[in-house]
Amino acid sequence: MRNRTAQFVMAAGMIALNVTTWSPSALADAATDEIAKYREMLADGNPSELVAAQGEELWKVKRGTKNATLEQCDLGLGPGVIKGAAAQLPRYFKDTGRVQDLETRLMTCMETLQGIDTKELNKTKWGKGEMEKMEALVAYIVTESNGHKINVDMRPAQMKKMYELGKMAFFYRGGAMDFSCATCHGQPDKRIRLQDLPDLREHKGAAAGWGSWPAYRVSNGQFWTMQHRLNDCYRQQRFPEPIYGSDVTIALSVYLAANGNGGPVLTPGLKR
Amino acid sequence: MDASFRTKGIVDKYRMYQLDFQKTCSQDKDPSAKVMQAIEAEQLKTVRYPADGKYFGDWKQGEKIATSGKGLTWTDKTPHNNGGGCYNCHQMSHHEIAYGTIGTSLLEYGKLRGNSEEVVKYTWGKIYNAKAFNACSRMPRNGDAEILTEQQMKHLMAYLFDPNSPVNKK
Ligand code: HEC
Ligand code: HEC
Repeated sequence: MRNRTAQFVMAAGMIALNVTTWSPSALADAATDEIAKYREMLADGNPSELVAAQGEELWKVKRGTKNATLEQCDLGLGPGVIKGAAAQLPRYFKDTGRVQDLETRLMTCMETLQGIDTKELNKTKWGKGEMEKMEALVAYIVTESNGHKINVDMRPAQMKKMYELGKMAFFYRGGAMDFSCATCHGQPDKRIRLQDLPDLREHKGAAAGWGSWPAYRVSNGQFWTMQHRLNDCYRQQRFPEPIYGSDVTIALSVYLAANGNGGPVLTPGLKR
Repeated sequence: MDASFRTKGIVDKYRMYQLDFQKTCSQDKDPSAKVMQAIEAEQLKTVRYPADGKYFGDWKQGEKIATSGKGLTWTDKTPHNNGGGCYNCHQMSHHEIAYGTIGTSLLEYGKLRGNSEEVVKYTWGKIYNAKAFNACSRMPRNGDAEILTEQQMKHLMAYLFDPNSPVNKK
């Protein structure tokens, strides 16, 4: 694995070189080709394996004021059960009385089991400090759902309510450019520049979009959680920032996951 | 919704509060024809045509503005100097293949439409406020929402209409 990662880093350097020397149109072609090459190269390995390995260690490390591990954390399938758990999130949790996605559920476990103050996460940059640890844990947990099917339980009234809120948020236009999620993801077979845009209103697009996140992003060499993906789409939407773990982010996740229900989970994904 | 957002960088929280037409256009389907017409009439009133009667700037600068998708996100430093992001949604020139497809193709725009006063004024209006012609258009209101300056829009007009611009010339 380490070997493969070294190769990967070198290839990423090559793309950066192309960016500065090639004309835009030639570049677009070349970039797509290069990415196709990486996909092949990484077919049996994904740089998020390293991140996931860190997450696995963190899961078992005693931390916080309670000096405890996360091993008793209940992600919905019982304390300590990780296999397949992410494929069934977001879920309504009776103990908190809330619908939670993976990240907000992990926050609950850190608070209750370990005594870690997760309010800090709100002020932490992606890839730094506690956020970096969160990302590693997410990578570990979603890897254990790879190959499962998206399977969110839409029976509880709370889930239905979150779905409606998510749908509302999806079509909610505003900001300097009057955009909503639907501006970019509300029609079949569209793209921005050369990037294909999944139609997230429909099963096929939602399954592809939801089921392949969280993901490792080749273009910047970072592992992104779903909260990060949504955050960046809101940035492109010219909206103010969605607060980490806020209702709107969970509601949109329920909307996407429910639309994609039954589709394959291919996490961690590998993205441009 | 309200408690879920916060101000970041140049994007103030109030930006999440909707204008009336944004609210009306926040559903999967367009509203009724009557509602659409009422919005279009309101939006048309916002369009300001160039005071000096000159519609065309420099197509070369227009190309740069059309290509740049930068501006008005919380990672931008200033609310000024924005790109038009036209290539995110439109095919425009013969040589740029990295174009999006949310909007219609504008290839050979000037060549196909000519440059009658009617066409020129319509195109200016569409760039200034796309909602004046399609109430729930996906296209931003470049002039009305102060995304682009009058001068930038003139450059874009030249890019669309100038016979030497790669939009029209192979
Ligand atoms: C201005 C355009 C734009 C808006 C608005 C937008 N997105 Fe996106 N979205 C993109 C682009 C472009 C990509 C592909 C990203 C990439 O490769 O970097 C993407 C990717 C995604 C993906 C991952 C799809 C995949 O297959 O990898 C999801 C899920 C998503 N967006 C959800 C949303 C949601 C939910 C909203 C609204 C809160 C939203 N987007 C708003 C442009 C947008
Ligand atoms: C987010 C998408 C988007 C962006 C960005 C965008 N447009 Fe558009 N544009 C559209 C759509 C969609 C249409 C089709 C009509 C409609 O729905 O308003 C359109 C229509 C047009 C038309 C009218 C075409 C006709 O056949 O009458 C012109 C001219 C135009 N756009 C120019 C521009 C220019 C110049 C820019 C950049 C400053 C731009 N657009 C940016 C989506 C976009």
